[in-house]
Amino acid sequence: MLFVSIRSCLCCGEGNPVAEVRAEMTANVWKVLVKAGDTVADGDTLVILESMKMEIPVIAEEDGTITEVKVAEGDTINEDDVIAVIG
Amino acid sequence: MLCLVLESLLVANRGEIARRIIATANQLGVRTIAVYSEADADLPFVREATEAVLIGPAAPAESYLKVDAVLAAAKATGAAAIHPGYGFLSENADFAQSVTEAGLIWVGPSPEAMRSMGDKIAARNRMQAAGVPVAPGTPDPVPDVAAALVAASEIGYPIMVKAAAGGGGIGMAAAYNDEELTSAFETARTRAERFFSSPSILLEKYVPSARHIEVQILGLADGTVVALGERDCSVQRRHQKVAEESPSPAVTPEIRAAILEAAVKAGQAVDYRNAGTVEMLFDTSTGDAWFLEMNTRLQVEHPVTEAVTGLDLVAEQLRIAAGEAPSFDPANPPSANGHAIELRVYAEDPKRFLPGPGAITEWVEPTGDGVRVDSGYESGNKVTPFYDPLLAKLIVHGDDRADAISKARSAVEGFTIVGPKNNLPFFAELLSNDEFVQGEYDTGLISRMRS
Repeated sequence: MLFVSIRSCLCCGEGNPVAEVRAEMTANVWKVLVKAGDTVADGDTLVILESMKMEIPVIAEEDGTITEVKVAEGDTINEDDVIAVIG
Repeated sequence: MLCLVLESLLVANRGEIARRIIATANQLGVRTIAVYSEADADLPFVREATEAVLIGPAAPAESYLKVDAVLAAAKATGAAAIHPGYGFLSENADFAQSVTEAGLIWVGPSPEAMRSMGDKIAARNRMQAAGVPVAPGTPDPVPDVAAALVAASEIGYPIMVKAAAGGGGIGMAAAYNDEELTSAFETARTRAERFFSSPSILLEKYVPSARHIEVQILGLADGTVVALGERDCSVQRRHQKVAEESPSPAVTPEIRAAILEAAVKAGQAVDYRNAGTVEMLFDTSTGDAWFLEMNTRLQVEHPVTEAVTGLDLVAEQLRIAAGEAPSFDPANPPSANGHAIELRVYAEDPKRFLPGPGAITEWVEPTGDGVRVDSGYESGNKVTPFYDPLLAKLIVHGDDRADAISKARSAVEGFTIVGPKNNLPFFAELLSNDEFVQGEYDTGLISRMRS
């Protein structure tokens, strides 16, 4: 299994860390496995992308709560698009 | 003769293979019909065919895999025959049957031969019965993890878990112990259902130091089966081929004679017609060669066989489909002249091999003596995420292996692709890798290069 995720930490005024999970390549969104409000742990699969006949799971790299899922199944997304936000 | 029986040909595929088939058919004076999806309207194969028919949106299920749309295009254009290429509908026996029932010529084997080879379990059993050696494995679908664990204890680890209806490495995983097998079994089952609509799973002895060697066969119109030498396809990532060569540096004349004989036997056992490939697993430590599977279609890597035999395999396919004799003497098929290597140029990053679609802003192909490029794209095209990552195949033919490697190095240097990520830098690395250069590698080569 191959794991791909890119995370950038932005620090809000209150000091709450927020992680944006971004796409590493142009892909189609095959499965969305989480929704806003879900608690996720480091290593959990958030969505599964599909590009060029390959499944690419996007995983959480930290514990937290999903504050926003920005993609839906069937969407085509581009490199660097935000997939989900973990608060 | 060919012109009368096979006056026109619809190519039910896309990219480099559609372009390559269209090129031969055009040369033979056959009217060519391309079918394409909305995503592929600008690709060269659409323009190079005599006619082109838009068959649907980008998603393969709505275009290249849509049987009704392909058959409607054939009817509308009055096509006499259909060539399926590889992938998509090429190994779909029901499609082949629909084609012949519609009164068209199917450029491929009979639906019966396709069915008997389509299920890896049935194929293994049939080959074993025909006297072709198979690896230790399960003779029936493995229903659950418990049964898989029992079978594994009989066969012995490591074990390869495979989808019986699978292909392209999808749903395949090696397991070295019970824990890995449990996880591999579940993954294989899920993928088998998703990609191949069949949960049937088989287990086979896994040989880590094996070479993947395959034999090109042709079942001629009169029923004769001939073998056209072997290809070594041991350079793989994710169980998918990345580079191939012919002849195999690991195969001695004695072993060659044995695997070619086994391949002919395999073809005869299913009354095979047209081009097919018998894949074998060659254990370099024991010298055992086992039947893996048979691909009932033209293979991606067929150009290495063309380079060393001097044949045009698509032309031979069309002759067979039209009921004609081959261009060579079947009693004395051409043997390998020199050495050929094919490199699959994929739209993927050269380190981790992750897909990297994108727009092509510059595309310059290498040229030179013994250099051939079968490409699906050109500058200005967009590589989309909907299809496999193959951009082009770079094939070199040299006097011997060293000459072929030297030509391959220059050709890789002379190939410029700007836009999508691509694995050309990986090939520069491969062509100076000691194991590869010595010819003493196995299917674990890329993992070792990346460990």
